[in-house]
Amino acid sequence: MPKLTVNGVEVEVDAGSTVLQACEEAGVEIPRFCYHDRLSVAGNCRMCLVEMERAPKPIASCAMPAGDGMVIRTDTETVTKARKGVMEFLLINHPLDCPICDQGGECDLQDQAMGYGHDDSRYDELKRSVVDKNMGPLVKTIMTRCIHCTRCVRFTTEVAGVDQMGLLNRGENAEITTYLEQALDSELSGNVVDLCPVGALTSKPYAFAARPWELKKTETIDVMDAMGANVRVDARGGQVLRVLPRLHEDINEEWISDKTRHACDGLARQRLDRPYIRRDGRLQPASWEEALAAVAAKMAATQSAKIAAIVGDQVDSEAMFALKQLMDAKGVLSVDCRQDGAKIGGQARAGYLFNSGFAAVEEADALLLVGSNPRWEAPVWNARVRKRWLSPGAFPIGLVGAAAPLTYDHEHLGSDVATLQAIADGSHPFADVLKSASRPMLVIGMGALSRDDGATMLGLARQIAENCNLVSDDWNGFNVLHTAASRVAGLDLGLIPGAGGHDVAGILAAAKSGDMDMVYLLAADEIDSDQFGDAFVVYQGHHGDRGAHRADVILPGAAYTEKDALYINAEGRVQMALRAVFPPGEAREDWKILRALAGALGIDLGYNDLAGLRATLVAQHPHFELIDIQEPGEWGAFGEISTPEDTPFETSINNFYMTDPISRASETMAQCSQAFVEDKMARTGTDG
Amino acid sequence: MSGGGIAAEQPASFAFTAENEAKAEALIAKYPEGRQQSAVMALLDLAQRQHDNWIPMAAIDVIGAKLEMAPIRVLEVATFYSMYNMAPVGAFYLQACRTTPCWLRGSDNVIKAIRDKLGIANKQMTDDGKFSLLEVECLGACANAPVLQVNDNFYEDLDYAGTVALLDKLAEGEIPTPGSTSGRTGAMPAPGATSLTSAGGGAGATGDVGED
Repeated sequence: MPKLTVNGVEVEVDAGSTVLQACEEAGVEIPRFCYHDRLSVAGNCRMCLVEMERAPKPIASCAMPAGDGMVIRTDTETVTKARKGVMEFLLINHPLDCPICDQGGECDLQDQAMGYGHDDSRYDELKRSVVDKNMGPLVKTIMTRCIHCTRCVRFTTEVAGVDQMGLLNRGENAEITTYLEQALDSELSGNVVDLCPVGALTSKPYAFAARPWELKKTETIDVMDAMGANVRVDARGGQVLRVLPRLHEDINEEWISDKTRHACDGLARQRLDRPYIRRDGRLQPASWEEALAAVAAKMAATQSAKIAAIVGDQVDSEAMFALKQLMDAKGVLSVDCRQDGAKIGGQARAGYLFNSGFAAVEEADALLLVGSNPRWEAPVWNARVRKRWLSPGAFPIGLVGAAAPLTYDHEHLGSDVATLQAIADGSHPFADVLKSASRPMLVIGMGALSRDDGATMLGLARQIAENCNLVSDDWNGFNVLHTAASRVAGLDLGLIPGAGGHDVAGILAAAKSGDMDMVYLLAADEIDSDQFGDAFVVYQGHHGDRGAHRADVILPGAAYTEKDALYINAEGRVQMALRAVFPPGEAREDWKILRALAGALGIDLGYNDLAGLRATLVAQHPHFELIDIQEPGEWGAFGEISTPEDTPFETSINNFYMTDPISRASETMAQCSQAFVEDKMARTGTDG
Repeated sequence: MSGGGIAAEQPASFAFTAENEAKAEALIAKYPEGRQQSAVMALLDLAQRQHDNWIPMAAIDVIGAKLEMAPIRVLEVATFYSMYNMAPVGAFYLQACRTTPCWLRGSDNVIKAIRDKLGIANKQMTDDGKFSLLEVECLGACANAPVLQVNDNFYEDLDYAGTVALLDKLAEGEIPTPGSTSGRTGAMPAPGATSLTSAGGGAGATGDVGED
């Protein structure tokens, strides 16, 4: 543990720290452009110069290892002069286009020029200009502004795992580009925009949309996948203009996926902003009173056995709780929150959680993926797997399931169930790999669990967990990687069919045969809407997507940015989302709609406001009170032991950019889908 | 990368000849297991020598695949060094040094001679594709400045007339002996030897080199 003195303050830092980190420890801020905590050290911007005793010239603090007894000064005239010199060099070729630059107001170069810039230029020659590069539908480039910090190159290479960006030429002619100017084919490409310290890489969809100081910033939670990434939603007026990542070391570090970041333009399109009732075969606008009365009348007139409710993938806990209460009060048993048909829930809680926690993969020493493609199901966690894979120590990774273009070396053990069975009974060599590991991890995804024999898959996974010592007192290596943000909360709240009730497949079959008269869709859109037969369909949700098209009554709800809500991510961590904007038009927060419907039915849910709802919720499910705590699930029996079907695993997501009503309504996601999924399929001539 | 940038017109494919393939394998084998990427510069040079003194993009892909490197990493190396050409150059590729020692010794005259004789300036090629010129920084032959590199050969101690004479010979297809054009051997003093002038007897002649 080296001890050093920074500006007269003695600090002790971890071995392997740099002088820059030591300075931060001492509370001294060091200006920097190329250095970033989560990337390798490049040391090429020279902005972090400090003075070190007995060194003949200033040193780059980001690249200098902190040594015992070093005496560092950051407040001397030499340091200021050196940094001013560096800044002057950087500005020689940097254009003076701040007024039309999207980075303006949140630009590192602008900010640091306030501290170290000169008020005028000594440079009379022409500035160099660089041709802009194509980097796809998300990243806009104005390469003349580039200062060659190479953060983007290091991020795409190290974190995102796509070797596509590079710095060509040198000196005056240096240019950042992608190979052959291909679009940046990564689910994390939007992060280079955050990393760029200047305005060279900016967000294409957000181009010229707003200035940072005009925006209302709300710190909330993402629902595009089950990770529950911490995000900041920037809105102006009633419109969400962009979504940025927020730091959460245990979940998303400081990255978010492109869908999380850029699907937000879908929030302004295809919205349901007033209730509708189907009259004469056509959906016609109606008032809330009419719509609620129509639903209540139908519900009151229908036997509870002929009513069903299906919950979507992005629904908040409060709405699910209110729905559960309402359906319980009506005696409805056919309630299901697993619209993809996943065979989980109802048994031990550990059987449907990502028990290890997302961050724990960094400690793991073996990983088995079953029916999961984390690159598309949880891109940010996938980056973390890559981080572990890049760090020292053996980390064998096996994949059972459809082949996936993961960003790390892995052994594709097979896509058939027999491979999984062989690992479960110990006859497959990978079983020994797991057994010999001290921190083994198994991650089972919806590609396995949403099969018809998903319960058997879960049973096999549990068998592997128990046979290969995945679960011990201080380690639980059994993990379910969900794709739906609402799923864990839904299962915690018991939104699964009661005894004698139907699951989603059963509800659809019953609807088709005429045994189900009414289906209540709570933002459930991932179901084939032709399957409802003659049933009376109520759709409560925020987008005019599949569910709404089939609906007989539409109750307009709120999207995730429009309500204060609790979500539980795949780890079982409760997180609180805050409202950034109001729902459009007459749309309301979902729990309020259900509360009003209960009122119309004469059912007392026991509360009139959100605080009352949460009090009732916490009284029944105490762990909902533990914000940002990963409440571990108890280990127990789950899954089934029976003969599985002999069909190969399939992927649960066929198009990363179109998985939910919001991303399907998003123009940006449509462009990404075209560029990265459809064009690629056309090129390779395959369908996967 | 030398002056021309990446050529707009590229051949559709590139493959090492059987002979160069064997050389490439030998070059890769020089490096320890897991460090094969160290051969990238040697392979780029091999590709350049095989392909009329410039590297097509197809070769970048071939080398990347051979060394299990992303093509962008190979391209970064190829464009960093001025010795690699990413666009066609003349059959006689002239690299005129213009760094301070050569400049003080008259590199301007060399460049002027080339311009007068061939009608090409920096980064240009003659219409017949025989000559192209690149002004470069120090070639490391300062003692014999000014120097002009023609493909792999250095021609030193050039002046205007000497350069014209050199270009005339090259145009006729003759490759003059590389080295000083003023007649001196190596980098010995231009006016003739200033020490070790007596034959035999002296300390130097016996091979007995002094302490310093």
